Amino acid sequence: MYDVIIIGAGVSGAATARELSRYNVKTCVIEKEEDVCCGTSKANSAIVHAGYDAAEGSLMAKLNVRGNQMMEQLSKDLDFPFKKNGSMVVCLHEEDMPKLHALYDRGIANGVKELRILNREELKEMEPNISDEACAALYAPTAGIICPFNMNIAMAENAYANGVEFKFDTEVTDLKPIDEGWEVHTNNGVFQTRYVVNAAGVYADKFHNMVSEKKIHITPRRGDYCLLDKSAGNHVSKIIFALPGKYGKGILVTPTVHGNLLLGPTAIDVEDKEGTNTTREGLDQVIERAGMNVKDIPLRQVITSFSGLRAHEDGHEFIIGEVEDAKGFIDCAGIESPGLTSAPAIGEMVAQILKEKMNLEEKEDFVATRKGILNPNTLSKEDRIALIKEKPEYGNIICRCEMVTEGEIIDAITRPLGAKSLDGVKRRTRAGMGRCQAGFCSPKTMEILARERHVSMFDITKSGGDSRIVTDHNKDSL
Amino acid sequence: MKAYDIVIIGGGPAGLAAAISAKKSGTDSILILERDRELGGILNQCIHNGFGLHTFKEELTGPEYAGRFIEQVKELGIEYKLNTMVMDISPQKIVTAMNREEGLFEIQAKAVVLAMGCRERSRGALNIPGYRPAGIFSAGTAQRLVNIEGYMPGREVVILGSGDIGLIMARRMTFEGAKVKVVAELMPYSGGLKRNIVQCLDDYGIPLKLSHTVVDIKGKERLEGVTLAQVDSHGKPIPGTEEEYSCDTLLLSVGLIPENEISRGMGVDMNPVTSGPKVNESLETSIEGVFACGNVLHVHDLVDFVSEEAGTAGRNAAEYVKRGEERKADAKEIRINPIEGVRYTVPGTINVDRMDENLTVRFRVGGVYTNCYISAYFDDERVIHKKRPVVAPGEMEEIKLTKEQLLNYPDLQTITVKIEEA
Repeated sequence: MYDVIIIGAGVSGAATARELSRYNVKTCVIEKEEDVCCGTSKANSAIVHAGYDAAEGSLMAKLNVRGNQMMEQLSKDLDFPFKKNGSMVVCLHEEDMPKLHALYDRGIANGVKELRILNREELKEMEPNISDEACAALYAPTAGIICPFNMNIAMAENAYANGVEFKFDTEVTDLKPIDEGWEVHTNNGVFQTRYVVNAAGVYADKFHNMVSEKKIHITPRRGDYCLLDKSAGNHVSKIIFALPGKYGKGILVTPTVHGNLLLGPTAIDVEDKEGTNTTREGLDQVIERAGMNVKDIPLRQVITSFSGLRAHEDGHEFIIGEVEDAKGFIDCAGIESPGLTSAPAIGEMVAQILKEKMNLEEKEDFVATRKGILNPNTLSKEDRIALIKEKPEYGNIICRCEMVTEGEIIDAITRPLGAKSLDGVKRRTRAGMGRCQAGFCSPKTMEILARERHVSMFDITKSGGDSRIVTDHNKDSL
Repeated sequence: MKAYDIVIIGGGPAGLAAAISAKKSGTDSILILERDRELGGILNQCIHNGFGLHTFKEELTGPEYAGRFIEQVKELGIEYKLNTMVMDISPQKIVTAMNREEGLFEIQAKAVVLAMGCRERSRGALNIPGYRPAGIFSAGTAQRLVNIEGYMPGREVVILGSGDIGLIMARRMTFEGAKVKVVAELMPYSGGLKRNIVQCLDDYGIPLKLSHTVVDIKGKERLEGVTLAQVDSHGKPIPGTEEEYSCDTLLLSVGLIPENEISRGMGVDMNPVTSGPKVNESLETSIEGVFACGNVLHVHDLVDFVSEEAGTAGRNAAEYVKRGEERKADAKEIRINPIEGVRYTVPGTINVDRMDENLTVRFRVGGVYTNCYISAYFDDERVIHKKRPVVAPGEMEEIKLTKEQLLNYPDLQTITVKIEEA
């Protein structure tokens, strides 16, 4: 019997698992996909928000500000990319200035530090490519950009290193209350646990509603994005938001922590919880609205587009805590923006709840740090030469666009909770994430996956399940 | 630091021909750096025939064509390194490269020949909406999987784009047991060679739908189908023309982009039309002693022309090594101005003193023109007026100039190249 089963290995589930792994507690994370970071956590703006958006006094506001404060240290402890580059909310019309000031006031009330309003001249000087119509902006130096994949992966790996179990390709089908907790039914067997943490993203309402009469409702709110080549990455230096409208924060323009330029997201409510398909209208909207705040975006440099689903709960608030009519069932639901920023604080809060319930004791041998995949580009020339001498695979470039070596790919596959698919390798190393979009490297990465995992090329998938890449040998079907 | 007279970046058809030509022009100290495990570049996966008609007056497969050049490189004792990635080149021509055996190392070159080739445009560059399942490949990636690795990317295929690789892959996939349902082309004309449309589509009854594109992609894990729609004259899909095709594979042959990250890193001036370096009659870039040839310079249809062009670059690199500074003296250049249907020319400028006796100026047109003339004006005087039944963007065009001819126009400033109606 487990003490805690966490449903979902996205950023909330992984953060909770990592925080829980500080204590003597038997924890298991159950994930329906083949890897961590496969849902909302993998397709979002990758922004660490300052915390002026959420309503004063809300849990969202509190956890956003706390998460923001935790991020820098966490990124160092767990070795994932984070850059505090600051954000701007751009005001295009004089008559909207009261809204900008209201945002400033809310930020101050939420405890956001260093906020200030920039006039047109200051704004232009900091961001020369901002729209000529911009009249002012709210500047938040504490906002930043991160690698959402490696943040999620890092927390999961650290949790694993501290004893948390992970079960992948395991989908929860039913939850039954038992005397001392819950019986969790899955396609891979039945597990018993004292507590369940529902960190199931867009599916959190499904599990909540299985156990509670007080129903919640989550709408998958789709956001379409366009990603531009690194040659466009310096077009702006800060996260450029539009003044918020009815549907979220509008279309933002931001450099990514890896140096690309990201435009998006839209906000389109859909029915399908797996409906991550972009649409023409959505992509057109991204391009049109991105151009309202930032001029001369080099749209010829788009290298890919994608969409993600926000887990929008009707009340637009994080739902975190034990469900009133379902003892031992802890919700971690409605985690939409600023969910990524808040994740470290969400993990802390859920772990605190469980700590109190179970009177958990801290482990003596908790390891608080984790080392990421070595990126040889960060080494000095001498260190790099020494590394290749010792491990020649670091001298072999596989992904020429992102300059990813075979050594990094092998590390991504063979480390604990390692990559099993092309997308798994891509999220961990960036191989295939560059301007050719895996055209050149995918056959090579497939070979490495097959070799390291001792499987056939026919078993290599893009992203698990039935996403196989090659189907037959030549002439098999003749 | 090791030093070579000429370092050639890329061991594909352009790099090989440049090396051979440089060696024959009298430079002994030459090094080819190749990132793949063999010389020959993309020709190694082009196992169909049709290569070499101009160069060898016979039809060879890609590997055979490459083989002839590789043999010469070996016979001439030209040095090369395989599995070696060039990381960057400084404007002072220090080449930083990396491989498993030697680690990270630097080479000082006197002259550099850029011959990195090109990459395929991806789905993302087209911004095609829909899901992102497995089963979507650029045509060249599929070609590598099938022809080099022996794996089929799928069984039921739709191809978007009628570039040559897409057409060749339509036939290849058919040979290997897949069903190719349709080739869709956004433009009202094909981007590939006429002979490939006949030999790869018509001969196998594969329909080509011009003015069509993919407007939706279905399938969450593996591709399940695509929606094609007709497009208007601006390339916008026309509502109501959608047709569903079930398929497990979508191949994209939607254009090639010269791979010039290293060139840009060096500070070489680029031509926004070709996405390749701007070059003069010697195929020398804006940085002295740095030459470019093949698909890194502009995308070619025929490898024979790549070899010829690379020969020129190699010869001029050798000349630069020999005479270096002397060449600087006369900077007077004739500018070539492409207008009215002509998108660009390679080269873009000519220094008559330096040019060979004969110079081929290559270019592409921006649309299909029938019964037209290709004209060249030396300042205001029309000197070339060549009748053509049809010119199209998919087939590279050329005009030939001679040194003798240009010497007759000592004050010539600009050669204007354009398409004129009959």
